[in-house]
Amino acid sequence: MQTDVKESGQVYKHQNTAVELKGSVFTLPILQLRSTSIQEVDYELSKRLTKALQFFQNAPVVIDLQALHKTEDELDFSALLRVLSKQALIPVGVRNGTSQQNALALSSGLAVLKGGAAQDIPEVTAVAGQGVQKPREEKPEKPIPTLVQSAKTKVINSPVRSGQQIYATNADLIVTAPVNPGAEIIADGNIHVYAPMRGRALAGVRGDSNARIFCQNMEAELVAIAGNFRVFEESVPVNIKSQAVQIFLDGEHLVISPLK
Amino acid sequence: MAKVIVVTSGKGGVGKTTSSASFATGLAMRGNKTVVIDFDVGLRNLDLIMGCERRVVYDFVNVLNQEASLKQALIKDKRCDNLYILPASQTRDKDALTEEGVERILNELKEDFDYIVCDSPAGIEKGAQMALFFADEALVVTNPEVSSVRDSDRILGILAAKSKRAIEGHEPIKEHLVITRYMPKRVDLGEMLSVEDVKELLSIPLLGVIPESESVLSASNSGVPVIHDDNSPSGQAYEDLVGRFMGEDIPMRFLDVEKVGLLKRIFGT
Repeated sequence: MQTDVKESGQVYKHQNTAVELKGSVFTLPILQLRSTSIQEVDYELSKRLTKALQFFQNAPVVIDLQALHKTEDELDFSALLRVLSKQALIPVGVRNGTSQQNALALSSGLAVLKGGAAQDIPEVTAVAGQGVQKPREEKPEKPIPTLVQSAKTKVINSPVRSGQQIYATNADLIVTAPVNPGAEIIADGNIHVYAPMRGRALAGVRGDSNARIFCQNMEAELVAIAGNFRVFEESVPVNIKSQAVQIFLDGEHLVISPLK
Repeated sequence: MAKVIVVTSGKGGVGKTTSSASFATGLAMRGNKTVVIDFDVGLRNLDLIMGCERRVVYDFVNVLNQEASLKQALIKDKRCDNLYILPASQTRDKDALTEEGVERILNELKEDFDYIVCDSPAGIEKGAQMALFFADEALVVTNPEVSSVRDSDRILGILAAKSKRAIEGHEPIKEHLVITRYMPKRVDLGEMLSVEDVKELLSIPLLGVIPESESVLSASNSGVPVIHDDNSPSGQAYEDLVGRFMGEDIPMRFLDVEKVGLLKRIFGT
Protein backbone atom coordinates (compact mmCIF):
# COMPACT_ATOMS: atom_id res chain seq x y z
CA MET A 1 0.00 0.00 0.00
CA GLN A 2 1.12 3.49 -0.73
CA THR A 3 -0.02 6.80 0.43
CA ASP A 4 -0.73 9.51 -2.06
CA VAL A 5 -2.11 12.98 -2.06
CA LYS A 6 -5.01 13.98 -4.27
CA GLU A 7 -5.35 17.59 -4.90
CA SER A 8 -7.82 19.96 -6.42
CA GLY A 9 -7.50 23.64 -5.99
CA GLN A 10 -10.68 24.99 -7.54
CA VAL A 11 -13.67 26.20 -5.62
CA TYR A 12 -17.11 26.50 -7.15
CA LYS A 13 -19.14 28.72 -4.94
CA HIS A 14 -22.62 30.11 -5.23
CA GLN A 15 -24.41 32.10 -2.60
CA ASN A 16 -27.78 30.94 -1.28
CA THR A 17 -27.86 27.50 -2.85
CA ALA A 18 -28.61 24.15 -1.31
CA VAL A 19 -25.15 22.79 -2.11
CA GLU A 20 -21.70 24.17 -2.45
CA LEU A 21 -18.89 22.55 -4.37
CA LYS A 22 -15.47 22.90 -2.87
CA GLY A 23 -12.11 21.35 -3.45
CA SER A 24 -10.11 19.75 -0.69
CA VAL A 25 -6.98 17.69 -0.18
CA PHE A 26 -7.16 14.13 1.11
CA THR A 27 -4.56 11.51 1.79
CA LEU A 28 -5.80 8.17 0.50
CA PRO A 29 -4.19 4.77 0.74
CA ILE A 30 -3.53 3.16 -2.65
CA LEU A 31 -4.15 -0.52 -3.17
CA GLN A 32 -1.84 -1.78 -5.90
CA LEU A 33 -3.38 -4.80 -7.57
CA ARG A 34 -0.84 -7.23 -8.88
CA SER A 35 -3.09 -10.15 -9.62
CA THR A 36 -6.51 -10.63 -11.15
CA SER A 37 -7.05 -13.67 -8.92
CA ILE A 38 -9.56 -12.47 -6.36
CA GLN A 39 -8.62 -15.36 -4.08
CA GLU A 40 -4.98 -14.27 -3.98
CA VAL A 41 -6.00 -10.66 -3.35
CA ASP A 42 -8.30 -11.75 -0.54
CA TYR A 43 -5.60 -13.88 1.09
CA GLU A 44 -2.92 -11.19 0.85
CA LEU A 45 -5.25 -8.49 2.15
CA SER A 46 -6.35 -10.50 5.19
CA LYS A 47 -2.72 -11.23 5.97
CA ARG A 48 -1.62 -7.60 5.75
CA LEU A 49 -4.63 -5.98 7.37
CA THR A 50 -4.53 -8.12 10.50
CA LYS A 51 -1.00 -6.89 10.98
CA ALA A 52 -1.95 -3.27 10.41
CA LEU A 53 -3.75 -3.17 13.77
CA GLN A 54 -7.14 -2.10 12.45
CA PHE A 55 -5.81 1.16 11.10
CA PHE A 56 -7.45 0.45 7.77
CA GLN A 57 -10.84 -0.12 9.35
CA ASN A 58 -13.35 1.61 7.04
CA ALA A 59 -10.55 3.38 5.19
CA PRO A 60 -11.29 4.74 1.72
CA VAL A 61 -8.88 3.24 -0.85
CA VAL A 62 -7.95 3.90 -4.46
CA ILE A 63 -7.24 0.82 -6.58
CA ASP A 64 -4.16 1.13 -8.77
CA LEU A 65 -4.40 -1.04 -11.89
CA GLN A 66 -1.01 -0.18 -13.42
CA ALA A 67 0.45 -3.61 -12.72
CA LEU A 68 -2.43 -5.38 -14.44
CA HIS A 69 -1.84 -3.85 -17.90
CA LYS A 70 0.05 -6.82 -19.22
CA THR A 71 -2.37 -9.50 -18.07
CA GLU A 72 -4.91 -10.80 -20.47
CA ASP A 73 -7.33 -11.86 -17.74
CA GLU A 74 -10.23 -9.65 -17.06
CA LEU A 75 -10.64 -8.30 -13.56
CA ASP A 76 -13.91 -9.22 -11.88
CA PHE A 77 -14.80 -5.87 -10.29
CA SER A 78 -17.88 -7.04 -8.43
CA ALA A 79 -15.91 -9.88 -6.79
CA LEU A 80 -13.12 -7.45 -5.92
CA LEU A 81 -15.57 -5.02 -4.33
CA ARG A 82 -17.01 -7.84 -2.23
CA VAL A 83 -13.55 -8.78 -0.97
CA LEU A 84 -12.72 -5.17 -0.12
CA SER A 85 -15.96 -4.65 1.74
CA LYS A 86 -15.34 -7.88 3.64
CA GLN A 87 -12.04 -6.32 4.80
CA ALA A 88 -13.90 -3.16 5.81
CA LEU A 89 -12.25 -1.10 3.09
CA ILE A 90 -14.25 1.46 1.12
CA PRO A 91 -13.07 1.62 -2.51
CA VAL A 92 -13.62 5.09 -3.97
CA GLY A 93 -12.01 4.82 -7.37
CA VAL A 94 -9.40 3.35 -9.70
CA ARG A 95 -6.37 4.81 -11.38
CA ASN A 96 -3.92 3.84 -14.10
CA GLY A 97 -6.44 1.44 -15.65
CA THR A 98 -6.79 0.59 -19.35
CA SER A 99 -9.81 2.13 -21.08
CA GLN A 100 -11.57 -1.21 -20.79
CA GLN A 101 -10.82 -1.48 -17.05
CA ASN A 102 -11.92 2.12 -16.54
CA ALA A 103 -15.23 1.42 -18.23
CA LEU A 104 -15.78 -1.62 -16.02
CA ALA A 105 -14.86 0.38 -12.92
CA LEU A 106 -17.31 3.13 -13.84
CA SER A 107 -20.10 0.62 -14.32
CA SER A 108 -19.32 -0.80 -10.86
CA GLY A 109 -19.79 2.63 -9.35
CA LEU A 110 -16.11 3.53 -8.93
CA ALA A 111 -14.62 6.85 -9.96
CA VAL A 112 -11.75 6.96 -12.45
CA LEU A 113 -9.01 9.11 -10.96
CA LYS A 114 -6.42 10.74 -13.17
CA GLY A 115 -3.34 9.55 -11.32
CA GLY A 116 -1.03 12.44 -12.10
CA ALA A 117 0.57 12.18 -8.70
CA ALA A 118 1.91 8.77 -9.65
CA GLN A 119 4.80 10.61 -11.26
CA ASP A 120 5.99 11.55 -7.79
CA ILE A 121 6.65 7.97 -6.84
CA PRO A 122 10.36 7.20 -7.36
CA GLU A 123 9.66 3.79 -8.83
CA VAL A 124 7.66 5.32 -11.64
CA THR A 125 10.21 8.04 -12.28
CA ALA A 126 12.80 5.33 -12.74
CA VAL A 127 10.97 3.84 -15.69
CA ALA A 128 9.78 7.18 -17.08
CA GLY A 129 12.74 7.34 -19.47
CA GLN A 130 11.55 4.20 -21.15
CA GLY A 131 8.15 5.73 -21.76
CA VAL A 132 5.38 6.08 -19.25
CA GLN A 133 3.02 3.99 -21.35
CA LYS A 134 5.15 0.91 -20.88
CA PRO A 135 3.83 -1.35 -18.12
CA ARG A 136 5.97 -1.23 -15.02
CA GLU A 137 8.25 -4.16 -14.33
CA GLU A 138 7.33 -6.25 -11.33
CA LYS A 139 9.96 -6.08 -8.63
CA PRO A 140 8.47 -8.10 -5.81
CA GLU A 141 11.86 -8.53 -4.10
CA LYS A 142 12.39 -4.83 -3.49
CA PRO A 143 10.49 -2.98 -0.79
CA ILE A 144 7.86 -0.65 -2.18
CA PRO A 145 9.03 2.94 -1.79
CA THR A 146 6.57 4.77 0.38
CA LEU A 147 5.62 8.39 0.06
CA VAL A 148 5.30 9.52 3.67
CA GLN A 149 4.14 13.04 4.30
CA SER A 150 6.03 13.69 7.53
CA ALA A 151 5.93 17.42 7.21
CA LYS A 152 5.61 17.88 10.95
CA THR A 153 7.22 16.25 13.94
CA LYS A 154 5.38 15.87 17.20
CA VAL A 155 7.53 16.70 20.23
CA ILE A 156 6.59 15.65 23.77
CA ASN A 157 8.60 17.16 26.63
CA SER A 158 6.76 15.81 29.67
CA PRO A 159 6.70 12.22 30.95
CA VAL A 160 4.32 9.86 29.15
CA ARG A 161 2.66 8.01 31.99
CA SER A 162 0.91 4.69 32.47
CA GLY A 163 -2.41 4.69 30.63
CA GLN A 164 -1.50 7.59 28.36
CA GLN A 165 -1.29 7.22 24.60
CA ILE A 166 0.43 9.62 22.24
CA TYR A 167 -0.18 9.32 18.50
CA ALA A 168 1.76 11.33 15.92
CA THR A 169 -0.46 11.31 12.83
CA ASN A 170 1.51 11.44 9.58
CA ALA A 171 4.56 12.51 11.49
CA ASP A 172 7.61 11.51 13.47
CA LEU A 173 7.42 11.51 17.26
CA ILE A 174 10.15 12.80 19.55
CA VAL A 175 9.86 12.30 23.30
CA THR A 176 12.43 13.96 25.56
CA ALA A 177 11.01 12.69 28.88
CA PRO A 178 10.55 9.15 30.24
CA VAL A 179 7.94 6.87 28.69
CA ASN A 180 6.74 4.83 31.66
CA PRO A 181 5.47 1.24 31.84
CA GLY A 182 1.92 1.00 30.55
CA ALA A 183 2.27 4.09 28.33
CA GLU A 184 1.99 3.85 24.54
CA ILE A 185 3.68 6.03 21.95
CA ILE A 186 2.59 5.60 18.36
CA ALA A 187 3.68 7.30 15.13
CA ASP A 188 3.05 6.97 11.43
CA GLY A 189 6.72 7.84 11.02
CA ASN A 190 9.81 7.32 13.20
CA ILE A 191 9.99 7.45 16.99
CA HIS A 192 12.83 8.96 19.02
CA VAL A 193 12.99 8.73 22.81
CA TYR A 194 15.74 10.70 24.56
CA ALA A 195 14.99 9.35 28.05
CA PRO A 196 14.22 5.92 29.52
CA MET A 197 11.82 4.04 27.22
CA ARG A 198 9.84 1.69 29.48
CA GLY A 199 6.47 1.56 27.75
CA ARG A 200 5.36 0.54 24.28
CA ALA A 201 6.56 2.11 21.05
CA LEU A 202 4.86 1.52 17.69
CA ALA A 203 6.37 3.18 14.62
CA GLY A 204 5.10 3.16 11.04
CA VAL A 205 1.69 1.99 12.17
CA ARG A 206 0.12 2.76 8.81
CA GLY A 207 2.43 0.37 7.08
CA ASP A 208 5.65 2.36 6.63
CA SER A 209 8.18 -0.45 6.91
CA ASN A 210 11.06 2.05 6.65
CA ALA A 211 10.12 3.64 9.96
CA ARG A 212 12.59 3.24 12.80
CA ILE A 213 12.59 3.55 16.56
CA PHE A 214 15.52 5.19 18.34
CA CYS A 215 15.83 4.84 22.12
CA GLN A 216 18.50 6.38 24.29
CA ASN A 217 17.71 4.00 27.12
CA MET A 218 15.99 0.82 26.00
CA GLU A 219 13.73 -0.84 28.57
CA ALA A 220 10.58 -1.17 26.46
CA GLU A 221 7.71 -3.58 27.06
CA LEU A 222 6.94 -3.81 23.36
CA VAL A 223 8.28 -2.39 20.11
CA ALA A 224 6.62 -2.58 16.71
CA ILE A 225 7.33 -1.36 13.20
CA ALA A 226 4.62 -1.54 10.52
CA GLY A 227 2.78 -4.19 12.50
CA ASN A 228 5.80 -6.42 13.15
CA PHE A 229 6.17 -6.43 16.90
CA ARG A 230 8.21 -7.91 19.67
CA VAL A 231 7.11 -8.23 23.28
CA PHE A 232 9.67 -8.23 26.08
CA GLU A 233 7.77 -10.29 28.57
CA GLU A 234 10.33 -10.40 31.35
CA SER A 235 12.78 -7.70 30.44
CA VAL A 236 14.76 -6.67 27.40
CA PRO A 237 17.84 -8.86 26.76
CA VAL A 238 20.83 -7.97 28.92
CA ASN A 239 23.01 -6.91 25.99
CA ILE A 240 20.63 -4.10 25.01
CA LYS A 241 19.02 -3.29 28.36
CA SER A 242 19.36 0.39 29.21
CA GLN A 243 21.47 0.83 26.06
CA ALA A 244 21.02 3.27 23.20
CA VAL A 245 19.50 1.28 20.33
CA GLN A 246 17.80 1.62 17.01
CA ILE A 247 15.07 -0.71 15.86
CA PHE A 248 14.24 -1.31 12.20
CA LEU A 249 12.73 -3.87 9.87
CA ASP A 250 14.84 -6.21 7.79
CA GLY A 251 12.18 -7.82 5.63
CA GLU A 252 9.73 -9.09 8.20
CA HIS A 253 12.39 -9.38 10.84
CA LEU A 254 12.63 -6.80 13.58
CA VAL A 255 16.25 -5.85 14.22
CA ILE A 256 17.37 -4.20 17.46
CA SER A 257 20.90 -2.95 17.17
CA PRO A 258 22.98 -0.94 19.64
CA LEU A 259 23.90 2.60 18.63
CA LYS A 260 27.60 3.00 19.03
CA MET B 1 -5.37 33.01 48.30
CA ALA B 2 -6.42 29.63 49.65
CA LYS B 3 -4.69 26.59 48.21
CA VAL B 4 -6.47 23.37 47.33
CA ILE B 5 -4.23 20.33 47.85
CA VAL B 6 -5.31 16.84 46.84
CA VAL B 7 -3.85 13.77 48.56
CA THR B 8 -4.11 10.99 45.99
CA SER B 9 -2.49 7.71 44.95
CA GLY B 10 -4.58 5.57 42.62
CA LYS B 11 -4.01 2.46 44.70
CA GLY B 12 -5.86 1.84 47.94
CA GLY B 13 -4.34 1.21 51.33
CA VAL B 14 -1.13 3.13 50.73
CA GLY B 15 -1.79 5.76 53.38
CA LYS B 16 -3.76 8.57 51.76
CA THR B 17 -6.07 9.16 54.70
CA THR B 18 -3.27 8.79 57.27
CA SER B 19 -1.23 11.29 55.24
CA SER B 20 -4.17 13.67 54.79
CA ALA B 21 -4.86 13.67 58.54
CA SER B 22 -1.25 14.29 59.56
CA PHE B 23 -0.55 16.77 56.75
CA ALA B 24 -3.65 18.86 57.55
CA THR B 25 -2.86 18.71 61.28
CA GLY B 26 0.73 19.79 60.59
CA LEU B 27 -0.41 22.76 58.50
CA ALA B 28 -2.85 23.78 61.24
CA MET B 29 -0.22 23.44 64.00
CA ARG B 30 1.90 25.93 62.08
CA GLY B 31 -0.89 28.46 62.36
CA ASN B 32 -2.60 27.95 59.00
CA LYS B 33 -6.36 27.78 58.97
CA THR B 34 -6.91 24.38 57.40
CA VAL B 35 -9.86 22.19 56.43
CA VAL B 36 -9.58 18.56 55.38
CA ILE B 37 -12.37 17.07 53.22
CA ASP B 38 -13.08 13.35 52.94
CA PHE B 39 -13.96 12.65 49.27
CA ASP B 40 -14.42 8.93 49.88
CA VAL B 41 -18.20 9.13 49.81
CA GLY B 42 -19.69 5.86 51.01
CA LEU B 43 -16.58 4.65 52.83
CA ARG B 44 -15.80 7.43 55.26
CA ASN B 45 -12.60 6.88 57.23
CA LEU B 46 -11.07 10.29 57.79
CA ASP B 47 -13.33 11.05 60.75
CA LEU B 48 -12.11 7.83 62.44
CA ILE B 49 -8.45 8.71 61.93
CA MET B 50 -9.13 12.21 63.21
CA GLY B 51 -11.10 10.81 66.17
CA CYS B 52 -14.29 12.75 65.51
CA GLU B 53 -16.58 10.01 64.18
CA ARG B 54 -19.17 10.47 66.94
CA ARG B 55 -19.50 14.15 66.21
CA VAL B 56 -20.52 13.70 62.58
CA VAL B 57 -24.07 14.99 62.18
CA TYR B 58 -24.08 16.54 58.72
CA ASP B 59 -21.64 15.55 56.01
CA PHE B 60 -20.15 16.61 52.67
CA VAL B 61 -23.10 15.26 50.66
CA ASN B 62 -25.61 17.11 52.86
CA VAL B 63 -23.77 20.34 52.05
CA LEU B 64 -23.58 19.43 48.35
CA ASN B 65 -27.33 18.86 48.29
CA GLN B 66 -27.88 22.05 50.31
CA GLU B 67 -29.54 20.13 53.11
CA ALA B 68 -27.10 21.66 55.57
CA SER B 69 -24.82 24.67 55.64
CA LEU B 70 -21.04 24.37 55.66
CA LYS B 71 -21.00 25.78 59.15
CA GLN B 72 -23.25 22.97 60.38
CA ALA B 73 -21.20 20.25 58.72
CA LEU B 74 -17.65 21.41 59.57
CA ILE B 75 -16.27 19.69 62.66
CA LYS B 76 -13.68 21.55 64.68
CA ASP B 77 -10.70 19.40 65.63
CA LYS B 78 -10.43 18.91 69.36
CA ARG B 79 -6.63 19.23 69.45
CA CYS B 80 -5.96 22.00 66.93
CA ASP B 81 -7.70 25.36 66.90
CA ASN B 82 -7.08 26.01 63.22
CA LEU B 83 -8.24 22.64 61.92
CA TYR B 84 -11.67 21.62 60.62
CA ILE B 85 -12.92 18.37 59.13
CA LEU B 86 -15.63 17.97 56.50
CA PRO B 87 -16.57 14.27 56.74
CA ALA B 88 -17.84 12.07 53.92
CA SER B 89 -21.26 10.51 53.86
CA GLN B 90 -21.54 6.90 54.95
CA THR B 91 -24.84 6.23 53.23
CA ARG B 92 -24.60 7.90 49.84
CA ASP B 93 -22.49 6.98 46.83
CA LYS B 94 -20.09 8.91 44.62
CA ASP B 95 -22.79 10.00 42.18
CA ALA B 96 -23.70 12.65 44.74
CA LEU B 97 -20.46 14.47 43.80
CA THR B 98 -21.08 17.01 41.05
CA GLU B 99 -18.57 19.40 39.57
CA GLU B 100 -20.77 22.45 40.26
CA GLY B 101 -21.51 21.35 43.83
CA VAL B 102 -17.87 20.66 44.70
CA GLU B 103 -16.77 23.94 43.13
CA ARG B 104 -19.38 25.88 45.11
CA ILE B 105 -18.22 24.34 48.41
CA LEU B 106 -14.54 24.87 47.63
CA ASN B 107 -15.16 28.51 46.73
CA GLU B 108 -17.03 29.03 49.98
CA LEU B 109 -14.21 27.39 51.95
CA LYS B 110 -11.58 29.49 50.16
CA GLU B 111 -13.01 32.60 51.80
CA ASP B 112 -12.20 31.34 55.30
CA PHE B 113 -9.30 28.94 54.99
CA ASP B 114 -5.63 29.05 53.98
CA TYR B 115 -5.41 25.38 52.98
CA ILE B 116 -8.07 22.97 51.75
CA VAL B 117 -6.81 19.37 51.86
CA CYS B 118 -8.84 16.90 49.76
CA ASP B 119 -8.48 13.27 50.85
CA SER B 120 -9.08 11.31 47.63
CA PRO B 121 -10.63 7.85 47.49
CA ALA B 122 -8.67 5.05 45.82
CA GLY B 123 -9.14 4.33 42.14
CA ILE B 124 -9.56 6.66 39.19
CA GLU B 125 -13.34 6.86 39.17
CA LYS B 126 -15.55 9.85 39.82
CA GLY B 127 -14.70 10.35 43.50
CA ALA B 128 -10.98 10.46 42.77
CA GLN B 129 -11.47 12.68 39.72
CA MET B 130 -13.61 15.14 41.71
CA ALA B 131 -11.03 15.24 44.52
CA LEU B 132 -8.25 16.23 42.14
CA PHE B 133 -10.21 18.33 39.63
CA PHE B 134 -9.91 21.69 41.41
CA ALA B 135 -6.47 21.07 42.96
CA ASP B 136 -3.62 23.59 42.89
CA GLU B 137 -1.11 21.11 44.32
CA ALA B 138 -1.05 17.35 44.76
CA LEU B 139 0.57 15.00 47.24
CA VAL B 140 0.99 11.71 45.40
CA VAL B 141 1.24 8.98 48.04
CA THR B 142 3.17 5.90 46.95
CA ASN B 143 4.39 2.72 48.61
CA PRO B 144 7.79 1.45 47.48
CA GLU B 145 6.39 -1.40 45.40
CA VAL B 146 5.72 -1.68 41.67
CA SER B 147 1.92 -1.77 41.56
CA SER B 148 1.62 1.28 43.79
CA VAL B 149 4.17 3.16 41.67
CA ARG B 150 2.32 2.16 38.48
CA ASP B 151 -0.99 3.46 39.86
CA SER B 152 0.62 6.71 41.01
CA ASP B 153 2.03 7.12 37.52
CA ARG B 154 -1.49 6.72 36.15
CA ILE B 155 -2.83 9.33 38.60
CA LEU B 156 -0.04 11.74 37.58
CA GLY B 157 -1.20 11.31 33.99
CA ILE B 158 -4.75 12.17 35.02
CA LEU B 159 -3.55 15.22 37.00
CA ALA B 160 -1.76 16.41 33.88
CA ALA B 161 -4.71 15.78 31.55
CA LYS B 162 -8.05 15.87 33.33
CA SER B 163 -7.71 18.49 36.08
CA LYS B 164 -9.31 21.91 35.77
CA ARG B 165 -5.89 23.51 35.44
CA ALA B 166 -4.98 21.14 32.59
CA ILE B 167 -8.27 21.55 30.76
CA GLU B 168 -8.25 25.33 31.01
CA GLY B 169 -4.57 25.52 30.11
CA HIS B 170 -3.42 27.18 33.35
CA GLU B 171 -0.14 26.48 35.10
CA PRO B 172 -0.07 22.72 35.82
CA ILE B 173 -0.78 21.26 39.27
CA LYS B 174 2.34 21.28 41.45
CA GLU B 175 3.11 17.63 42.21
CA HIS B 176 4.84 16.31 45.33
CA LEU B 177 5.94 12.74 45.92
CA VAL B 178 5.25 11.19 49.33
CA ILE B 179 6.64 7.70 49.89
CA THR B 180 4.98 5.90 52.79
CA ARG B 181 5.52 2.58 54.59
CA TYR B 182 9.22 2.75 53.76
CA MET B 183 11.43 0.04 55.26
CA PRO B 184 15.17 0.70 54.75
CA LYS B 185 16.00 -2.82 55.89
CA ARG B 186 13.93 -4.43 53.15
CA VAL B 187 15.32 -1.97 50.61
CA ASP B 188 18.83 -3.11 51.56
CA LEU B 189 17.76 -6.72 51.07
CA GLY B 190 16.45 -5.83 47.62
CA GLU B 191 12.87 -6.70 48.57
CA MET B 192 11.55 -3.16 48.28
CA LEU B 193 12.04 -0.36 45.77
CA SER B 194 14.40 2.34 46.99
CA VAL B 195 13.55 6.03 47.21
CA GLU B 196 15.78 6.57 44.17
CA ASP B 197 13.93 3.89 42.15
CA VAL B 198 10.56 5.48 42.88
CA LYS B 199 11.82 9.00 42.18
CA GLU B 200 13.35 7.83 38.91
CA LEU B 201 10.14 6.20 37.74
CA LEU B 202 7.73 8.97 38.68
CA SER B 203 10.07 11.89 37.93
CA ILE B 204 8.46 14.38 40.33
CA PRO B 205 10.08 16.14 43.33
CA LEU B 206 10.17 14.22 46.62
CA LEU B 207 8.42 15.91 49.55
CA GLY B 208 8.86 13.26 52.21
CA VAL B 209 9.52 9.63 53.08
CA ILE B 210 7.45 8.17 55.92
CA PRO B 211 9.00 5.06 57.49
CA GLU B 212 6.79 2.07 58.31
CA SER B 213 6.04 2.22 62.00
CA GLU B 214 3.76 0.49 64.47
CA SER B 215 2.78 3.87 65.83
CA VAL B 216 0.78 4.58 62.63
CA LEU B 217 -1.61 1.71 63.33
CA SER B 218 -2.06 2.54 66.99
CA ALA B 219 -2.54 6.23 66.13
CA SER B 220 -5.24 5.32 63.61
CA ASN B 221 -7.01 3.07 66.07
CA SER B 222 -7.02 5.68 68.78
CA GLY B 223 -8.13 8.45 66.42
CA VAL B 224 -5.08 10.67 66.91
CA PRO B 225 -3.15 11.65 63.74
CA VAL B 226 0.35 10.18 64.03
CA ILE B 227 1.96 13.61 63.64
CA HIS B 228 0.95 14.29 67.28
CA ASP B 229 3.23 11.41 68.39
CA ASP B 230 6.62 13.10 68.84
CA ASN B 231 8.34 9.80 69.68
CA SER B 232 7.28 8.08 66.49
CA PRO B 233 9.62 8.18 63.47
CA SER B 234 6.52 8.39 61.25
CA GLY B 235 5.17 11.34 63.22
CA GLN B 236 8.55 13.10 62.94
CA ALA B 237 8.70 12.36 59.23
CA TYR B 238 5.26 13.97 58.70
CA GLU B 239 6.44 16.96 60.74
CA ASP B 240 9.45 17.30 58.40
CA LEU B 241 7.20 16.88 55.36
CA VAL B 242 4.93 19.74 56.40
CA GLY B 243 7.98 21.92 57.05
CA ARG B 244 9.30 21.21 53.55
CA PHE B 245 5.89 21.96 52.08
CA MET B 246 6.01 25.35 53.81
CA GLY B 247 9.35 25.98 52.14
CA GLU B 248 11.80 25.04 54.91
CA ASP B 249 14.99 23.23 54.02
CA ILE B 250 14.87 20.01 56.02
CA PRO B 251 17.08 17.02 55.12
CA MET B 252 15.42 13.62 54.62
CA ARG B 253 15.55 11.27 57.60
CA PHE B 254 14.84 7.56 58.18
CA LEU B 255 16.25 6.52 54.80
CA ASP B 256 18.93 4.23 56.19
CA VAL B 257 18.89 1.18 58.42
CA GLU B 258 19.04 2.30 62.04
CA LYS B 259 22.37 1.48 63.67
CA VAL B 260 21.79 -0.54 66.79
CA GLY B 261 23.95 0.79 69.61
CA LEU B 262 26.02 -1.39 71.92
CA LEU B 263 23.84 -0.79 74.97
CA LYS B 264 20.70 -1.46 73.03
CA ARG B 265 22.22 -4.65 71.72
CA ILE B 266 23.04 -5.83 75.23
CA PHE B 267 19.91 -4.75 77.04
CA GLY B 268 17.43 -4.97 74.18
CA THR B 269 14.81 -2.27 73.70
